[in-house]
Amino acid sequence: MNDIFYAAILALLLLILVAGIRLVIGPTVPDRVVALDTINTLMVGSMILLAAYLGQTIFVDVAIVYALLSFLGTLAISKYIGGEL
Amino acid sequence: MTTAALICIVIGVIFNALGAIGILRFPDVYTRLHAETKMTTFGTIFVSLGVILYAAGMLTGTGDAQYLTLGIHTAIAVIALAFTNATGSHAIARAAHRSGVKPDPAVVDRLSEVKRRD
Repeated sequence: MNDIFYAAILALLLLILVAGIRLVIGPTVPDRVVALDTINTLMVGSMILLAAYLGQTIFVDVAIVYALLSFLGTLAISKYIGGEL
Repeated sequence: MTTAALICIVIGVIFNALGAIGILRFPDVYTRLHAETKMTTFGTIFVSLGVILYAAGMLTGTGDAQYLTLGIHTAIAVIALAFTNATGSHAIARAAHRSGVKPDPAVVDRLSEVKRRD
């Protein structure tokens, strides 16, 4: 089961790199925000898998805080580029 | 229980891959957002479901209370993620429309028509 967690973590990190391509080449600012949102969600999933892989339950708490704070970051960027801030 | 966890993790990684491919291949920001937010939310929910099933299997196998904590905290994390991802994608789409990015191959844009009328 540990090998499966390791392979899944590596696959999610590869997908973060794929989303990073859109973060670099994105023609408009909202495209980059979409890529950042993808990276945040994939990072939460890989943190949960890393907690199960290493047997460290405290990493899941980091994932909870990361999910809530990345939501705040997305909301702040969206309000800024929408001209409402 | 371990086989069910394996199947859930594989489904989750496949759907995450579809979301990451979708933001590279779709033509404008709204279709990219549509692909990304549904696919990665669903995929991360299934990855977390796999971890919960793994924790349940290890809890019934070994009786260690650490796996109970792992399962409950993973459930809290996935609930927080599922609620905040939908709201965040709505905020991004609204900000993109307000900042002037038009849907590229669109047939109608009713929101612009409503704004133009008043």
